[in-house]
Amino acid sequence: MHRELIPTLEEKARNLRVSIIKTLHRSQSGHTGGSLSAIDLITALYFHTLRHRPAEPAWDGRDRFVLCKGHAAPAQYVALAEAGYFPKEDLMMLRRLGSHLQGHPDSKQTPGVDVCTGSLGQGLSQACGIALGLRLDGGDRRVYALMGDGELQEGQVWEAAMSAAHFRLDNLCAIVDANGLQIDGEVAKIMGVEPLGDKFRAFGWHVIEIDGHDLGQILAAYAHAATVKMKPTMIIARTVKGKGVSFFENKAAYHGVTPSDEELPRALYCLGCGE
Amino acid sequence: MTQMAATRDAYGTTLVELGEENPAVVVLDADLSGSTKTGLFAKRFPERFFNMGIAEANMVGTAAGLAAAGKIPFVSTFAIFAAGRAWEQIRQSVAYPKANVKIVPTHGGVTVGEDGASHQSVEDIAIMRAIPNMTVIVPADAVETAAAVRAVAAFKGPVYLRLGRNKVPTIFDDSYRFEIGKGTVLVQGSDLTFVTTGLMTAQALIAAERLKKVGISARVLHLATIKPLDGDLLLDAALETGAIVTGEEHSIVGGLGGAVAEFLAEQAPTPLVRVGVNDRFGTSGKAEELLKYFGLTHEGLEEAAHRVLERKGAR
Ligand SMILES: Cc1ncc(C[n+]2csc(CCOP(=O)(O)OP(=O)(O)O)c2C)c(N)n1
Ligand SMILES: [Mg+2]
Repeated sequence: MHRELIPTLEEKARNLRVSIIKTLHRSQSGHTGGSLSAIDLITALYFHTLRHRPAEPAWDGRDRFVLCKGHAAPAQYVALAEAGYFPKEDLMMLRRLGSHLQGHPDSKQTPGVDVCTGSLGQGLSQACGIALGLRLDGGDRRVYALMGDGELQEGQVWEAAMSAAHFRLDNLCAIVDANGLQIDGEVAKIMGVEPLGDKFRAFGWHVIEIDGHDLGQILAAYAHAATVKMKPTMIIARTVKGKGVSFFENKAAYHGVTPSDEELPRALYCLGCGE
Repeated sequence: MTQMAATRDAYGTTLVELGEENPAVVVLDADLSGSTKTGLFAKRFPERFFNMGIAEANMVGTAAGLAAAGKIPFVSTFAIFAAGRAWEQIRQSVAYPKANVKIVPTHGGVTVGEDGASHQSVEDIAIMRAIPNMTVIVPADAVETAAAVRAVAAFKGPVYLRLGRNKVPTIFDDSYRFEIGKGTVLVQGSDLTFVTTGLMTAQALIAAERLKKVGISARVLHLATIKPLDGDLLLDAALETGAIVTGEEHSIVGGLGGAVAEFLAEQAPTPLVRVGVNDRFGTSGKAEELLKYFGLTHEGLEEAAHRVLERKGAR
């Protein structure tokens, strides 16, 4: 494992958090908490694990990423911009009429986005289909799918989980951003989904549980998943919703609320910028 | 000054009143109780509120079961996830057995705004209307919503009552009597009729006013109930004004415009222009911008009025 990469990736993730905050402050619409909880997982993918060519988004040899929890689009968009898929200035047009950066990922409009999501529960099925298709063509291309823990309440997720194991999709690695919160409150209080590890193991998956903000653990989990044979891998990443901005952390209220003018400098300060 | 109020707010408060009056009223939501305003009921009657999590299909099936056990379930989430995600559950478990389930989604149409196409339901009226035994209602304002919520609670059978996200002008006052299946002529006119539903009715009132100034007499027929369609008032409008413009915050395919087109083609062929989302998906933007972008405005209706009058004159 590339230990020496970790500080660089941590710095990248910090910068992307700053970018998320600035983007959402500008748009005054979008999902703050779930973007911040997912950004370390996404940073590790785009700047280490995924094989992709920002200058050639449709490159046939690319690995695929499906943002099943499509409301975290800002996290994917800042990573795509940072990687060079489109100019960073575009981020300032997030959610505006005519922008290619739609409220939820749109593969027709945004370079680097492969799948349309936004309706929760549908992404893993599409990831399974991509994994089946890539496998038919041969080669070692892999598929990564990032879900929310509230999203796991959708029945379709479990239909997909069943089929991924049935088809022995070892080129599929799914990740749960297990931040414990959804819109109306705590996942455990609204409709409990635990014990996740046991559930996915019972469905025939290889399960890895990690701290979803520890880049060392994240890189190790992605690397390990790639070695698992005959089974799909589920990474249960324990995360903090709103991670990085103390007054957003673990607060369901900041699911779909953007930083106000007053909160912006304080949020940036938490991320090590500003006075 | 026109008063502005959101239909979903009227829903939330009326549900609480219904909960006080009738212990059989139960409410289900799918992790959107703050947005749909069922949270007010949840707070007042926690034991009769079920947050089903992000699981709309199971929510609808559970509601059907609650109805089979004698309850009056109100089911809420965004329109796309109610009508769209749970369509076949609504068809099989609710409509086929005529279960007494009230599907009351909020965030219908493009005024969902910035969330974009994935969250903007512009097909729900069409797909709900296609199901036998289903009643489909889209109120124009908060006053009508409160009345409609009470009416559907009293009505026995499945209902789809579509509400919106944003504040809309209040056009009715307390003297208004809502009746399921009955339209209302809000403005009399003889040259053409605007047949509108939901937030487009307020736009039709403005359009009629402005057309009057250029010598065009437009009738405004508000159809809150799209199914069953008020054939009597529609037939009068067709025969007496000879030109129809429909308006809805929905696709022109299969919704109010579709229902009116079907009716007119068989009963009284009449020049017709449908104003709605032109068979395309929504997009991100501010609600007001999107209404303009898709032509869901009084200007859009006026332009359609001129077009339909040209065709009427050419006959
Ligand atoms: C099918 C569907 N139902 C409802 C919603 C509305 N919605 C958007 S985000 C969200 C909560 C998601 O919670 P979770 O999956 O835990 O995401 P995170 O906490 O990572 O933001 C809901 C209910 C949706 N997008 N799709
Ligand atoms: Mg969550």
